[in-house]
Amino acid sequence: MTTGNPPARPGADLPDHPSFLWRNPDPATSYDVVVVGGGGHGLATAYYLAMVHGITNVAVLEKGWLAGGNMARNTTIIRSNYLWDESSGIYEHALKLWEGLEDELGYPILFDQRGVLNLAHSLQDVRDSVRRVNANRLNGIDAEWLDADGVKEVCPIINVSPDVRYPVLGATYQPRAGIAKHDYVAWGFASVADRLGVDLIQNCEVTGIETAGGRVTGVNTTRGRIAAGKVALCASGHSSELAAMAGIELPVQSHPLQALVSELLEPVHPTVVMSNAVHVYVSQAHKGELVMGAGIDSYNGYGQRGSFHIIERQMSASLELFPIFARAHVLRTWAGIVDVSPDASPIIGLTPVDGLYLNCGWGTGGFKATPGVGDCFAHTIANDKPHPYNEPFTLERFTTGALVDEHGAAAVAH
Amino acid sequence: MQLIPCPWCGPREEVEFHYGGQAHVAYPAESAALSDEEWAKFVFFRDNPRGPFAERWSHAAGCRRWFNAVRDTRSYELLAVYRPDQERPVTT
Ligand SMILES: Cc1cc2nc3c(=O)[nH]c(=O)nc-3n(C[C@H](O)[C@H](O)[C@H](O)COP(=O)(O)OP(=O)(O)OC[C@H]3O[C@@H](n4cnc5c(N)ncnc54)[C@H](O)[C@@H]3O)c2cc1C
Ligand SMILES: [Zn+2]
Repeated sequence: MTTGNPPARPGADLPDHPSFLWRNPDPATSYDVVVVGGGGHGLATAYYLAMVHGITNVAVLEKGWLAGGNMARNTTIIRSNYLWDESSGIYEHALKLWEGLEDELGYPILFDQRGVLNLAHSLQDVRDSVRRVNANRLNGIDAEWLDADGVKEVCPIINVSPDVRYPVLGATYQPRAGIAKHDYVAWGFASVADRLGVDLIQNCEVTGIETAGGRVTGVNTTRGRIAAGKVALCASGHSSELAAMAGIELPVQSHPLQALVSELLEPVHPTVVMSNAVHVYVSQAHKGELVMGAGIDSYNGYGQRGSFHIIERQMSASLELFPIFARAHVLRTWAGIVDVSPDASPIIGLTPVDGLYLNCGWGTGGFKATPGVGDCFAHTIANDKPHPYNEPFTLERFTTGALVDEHGAAAVAH
Repeated sequence: MQLIPCPWCGPREEVEFHYGGQAHVAYPAESAALSDEEWAKFVFFRDNPRGPFAERWSHAAGCRRWFNAVRDTRSYELLAVYRPDQERPVTT
C-alpha cells in the first residue's frame, strides 16, 4: 500500500517556539519610568516609550511571568467599529498600528484581517447596527450593513434560517477586523523593548506606591524598593488594588471573563462572528481550534475562574448559530480577571498624584487596543499630557458626566 | 454548580440568583446638597476588594427576595448570608 504525502501537521506553518527573547535582569535601584504590569499594555507602553520617546531607563514590573494575565487569556479579536467618535479615534489608531506591526517589530504576530460580523437578531439590533455602520463610515472606518444572505456569503456555516429562536436578520461587517496571535504580540513587544534597554522584571509584585508632596517617588515590591521618576499602571483586573496604594479610588469592578477552545478542526470558519443577543462570539484560531467566549460572570471575582453555566450558555448559543459544531469537543476553558468600567470605555491618563499615570477599565476588550494604547499611554507619560486620542478617557469624566457609553458596541463583543 | 444559601429558601443553585453588587450603599440623605464629586462617588464608585465583600443577591428564580452575602472574591466562598435588615456579620 502506498500513501501520498502525509497531511501537513496543523500549525506547521507557524514559527517555532522561540528561544530566549529577553534578558531576565534583577531590578536596579532606580528608573525614570516604572511600568506596573507586564501584560500587552505594559509591554507596548515600554516599547513606545523607548522607541518613540527615547526613554529607555524603564522597568516593567510583573508579579508573575510576562503576559500571563489577560494577555494570555483573551480571544484576540481586533476591530475598531465602536459607536462614538472618541472610541473610533483610539481603536482605529490601534487598528492602523496593527496593520504595520509585524514589520515594525520584525516579529511574526499572525495578524489576520479576516473581518468581523456583529449579528443583529431583532429590529432594535438592526437599527442600532445600521446607526453604528453610519457612524463608523463618517469616521473613515470600514463598515457595511449585510442582510442575512450577505451574512451567509461571508460565513457559509452560519445558520440564517428564520425558524430558529433568534433568527439572524443581518450583521455589521468590518472587513479590516481580525485576530492575531496574542502571545507573539507580547513577545514581539517584549523582545524589542528589551533590546532597546528596557528591563523586564518578572516575579516582582508591586506592594506599595510611595509618594512625597503629592508626587510619586517609587514603588515597594517583593524584590525591594525601586525609586521611580514616573509610575505607569497597566494592571488590568488588579487596577483597583494598585490605585488604592496611592490613595486613588477607581470606578471599576473586577469580574471573571471566561473563554474556551475546541480541539483542532479543519478550517471551517472564515471570519469572526459575534452576537450580543444570543451572547456568544466565535472564531477559529490559526491552528484550528474554535475559540469562543461570551460576557463576564455577573459577580466580582479575582479567582481567574468562573461559573460553568456561563460556559454552557455560550455553547448552546453557538450551536444555534453553527449547527455543524455539534460534534466538536471542548478542550479547555479558562478565565481572566477584567476591570469593567461604568461606561464600557477605558480610563487612560493623569491622576491626582504627579508622575502617576493610569491605564485601566478596558474590561473585556483591551487586546485590540494594545498598540494604540501603548503608543498613546507612552505619549501621556513622556509629555505629562494626554495624547489627543486618550484625552476623552479621563478619570474625571465620571464626575463631569462626559461618559463614552460603548455598552452597545462593547457588551459581549470584545 | 455553586449552591447559594438563600436566607429564606436554603441552598439553591447559583443560576437561580441575580447579582446586585456592593451592599450597604445608602441613598444620600441630603441628595440636593451633594456636590458633583459626591454624586460621582454614589453613582459610579464601588468597593472592589480582593477578599471578603459584602454584596447583594436576589433569589430571582425562587422567592424573588433580596438578601446580602459576604463572599470571598478570591475563592468565591460564601462566608455568610443575611437579610437586608441585618447588620453585616463578623466573618473570619
Ligand atoms: C477570556 C477573555 C477574552 C478576551 N477577549 C478579548 C478579545 O477578543 N479582544 C479584545 O480586544 N480583548 C479581549 N479581552 C480583554 C483583554 O485581554 C484585556 O483588556 C487586556 O489584555 C488588558 O491589558 P493587558 O494585556 O495589559 O492585561 P494583563 O495581561 O492582564 O496584564 C496586567 C498584568 O499586571 C500584572 N499585575 C497585577 N497586579 C500587579 C502587581 N501588584 N505588581 C506587578 N504586576 C501586577 C498581572 O499579573 C498581569 O500580568 C479578553 C479578556 C479575557 C479574560
Ligand atoms: Zn429564596
